Amino acid sequence: MEPRSRSFYLLAAFFGLFLLFLYGPTLTIAILSFQGPTGGLTFPMNGVSLHWFYDLFQEQAVGDIWGSFRRSFLLGLMVMITTVVVSVMGGLAFRNRFPGSTVLFYLIITSLVIPSILISLGVGLLFSQSGLDVHWATSGFGAQLTWTLPFGLLIMFAVFNRFDRSYEEAARDLGASPWQVLRHVVIPIIGPSLIGVALFGFTLSYDEFARTLLTAGSYNTLPLEIFGMTTNVTTPVLYALGTLTTLFSLIMISAFLLVFWLSARKQAAQGSDAGKGNL
Amino acid sequence: MGLSARNQGSLKSWAMLSPLVIVMVVFLILPIAMIVTVSFWQATEWSIIPAFVFENYAFLFGSPVTYKVFVNTFKYALITWACTLLIGFSVAYFLAFHVRSMRWQITLFLLCTIPFWTSNIIRMISWIPFLGRNGIANSVLMSWGVIDAPLDWLLFSDFAVILAFVHLYTLFMVVPIFNTMMRIEPSLIEAARDGGANGLQILWHVIIPLTKPGIMIGTIFVLTLVMGDFITVRFMSGSQSANVGRLISNDIALLQYPSAAATAVVLLGTVLLMISILLRFVDIRKEL
Repeated sequence: MEPRSRSFYLLAAFFGLFLLFLYGPTLTIAILSFQGPTGGLTFPMNGVSLHWFYDLFQEQAVGDIWGSFRRSFLLGLMVMITTVVVSVMGGLAFRNRFPGSTVLFYLIITSLVIPSILISLGVGLLFSQSGLDVHWATSGFGAQLTWTLPFGLLIMFAVFNRFDRSYEEAARDLGASPWQVLRHVVIPIIGPSLIGVALFGFTLSYDEFARTLLTAGSYNTLPLEIFGMTTNVTTPVLYALGTLTTLFSLIMISAFLLVFWLSARKQAAQGSDAGKGNL
Repeated sequence: MGLSARNQGSLKSWAMLSPLVIVMVVFLILPIAMIVTVSFWQATEWSIIPAFVFENYAFLFGSPVTYKVFVNTFKYALITWACTLLIGFSVAYFLAFHVRSMRWQITLFLLCTIPFWTSNIIRMISWIPFLGRNGIANSVLMSWGVIDAPLDWLLFSDFAVILAFVHLYTLFMVVPIFNTMMRIEPSLIEAARDGGANGLQILWHVIIPLTKPGIMIGTIFVLTLVMGDFITVRFMSGSQSANVGRLISNDIALLQYPSAAATAVVLLGTVLLMISILLRFVDIRKEL
């Protein structure tokens, strides 16, 4: 192997700084959330305590944190399941050219690039003018789908671009019904990618702010609750909440990645080498 | 007489796409139509009245604030774009061409993308202890003797806004650029080297041209996210700066929906125009 060039070390140092830039602030508030009871929003630490975490568990101190967490979690699951199902169906359908496919494709791109506040405002107006109440599980749910579906679909398009259709043909030749082909051939092959789509669906919904702002109604989701806190809470309890919800996100991301890794490994171990070429 | 096979095929496609179409119609097309409609309505202090008047647009284009805010929005977009492109390209370049084992490539790439799946609001809040008057940056600079008094412009300023944008959105450059770089045939780079090109020439004449689609996709993401933002600007500038998104959200807070809708229509037009120009340089369907 050739020796490392000087540009390697320069770029490696730059990459290290980039990671510090990405994670440093989050680590800082994680440390500061353990402030003593008299500590403030910045260093120095006035002792070390769990005071601010304890505060979070006293409902009246900070508003309806746990209610909003429950709603965000549930909404995340709803969005995740819908995103996976709709993206797979969309991905399958888009494998063939059909009249209107280009228009629909650009509609998906529009959904991805449209400023979030327009969705929030538009859906809010649409519901109020139709005499419907905005609610996180109806208008909020739909508004979030306009953000998660394009991601899910683009992932599925990428997956199906690399999909070898001869597997399906082989199954069909052996007499499998369309449903059997889907259930026993297509889904197992694209399985790991579905976990990726699910990860996007859940986390993007769980953290979504702008599209839920005017569409969640009277019951806040967690990001809305946290943003409300930034205007009137000036104690490290904000950091404690930030640390806990980031920790929760990290646990979910690790779980998704672990399942992804396991299923990819299982696939590699069980799959035959058919279609790989060499004897 | 039955449907031809071709028609049957497209009918099946549309049937499978029906859930997607429903979501797009109810939560994208109808809301946009609603905004366009309301932008012609009239507003009093407490209600909005269906009408067909141009007063919202007349007011919008007649006000010098609008132009200032649009210029400010473009300024944020341009500076953020330049920073994220430079950082994102360097990071992707390092990952794609300097990290040799696949395992490390995946690990480091994941480290770059994980923050994308965590909360933007929290990531903004997390700059407070760093940039505040008594924050880490000021204490460090003062202890080094670089400054005598704490800098006031670190937090709640344009600097903080752009820092937060770069912090939040650089991944949107890293991912597509890395993706296209990984698809560059190593033999092309070898050929350039055999032909006598040095590192910089390879970068400039081989890698950058072949990475253009990724750069374009990253550009689309960063520009649209910054152009449509309202919360980062509000939070990081301490409500001292404005962009178009904030103009809209302020109108919403005052229940001036027709005025908010008119501004939203102009913003949407601007963003879609920018995207349609950028899409001329990249075929997204081919890049997936």
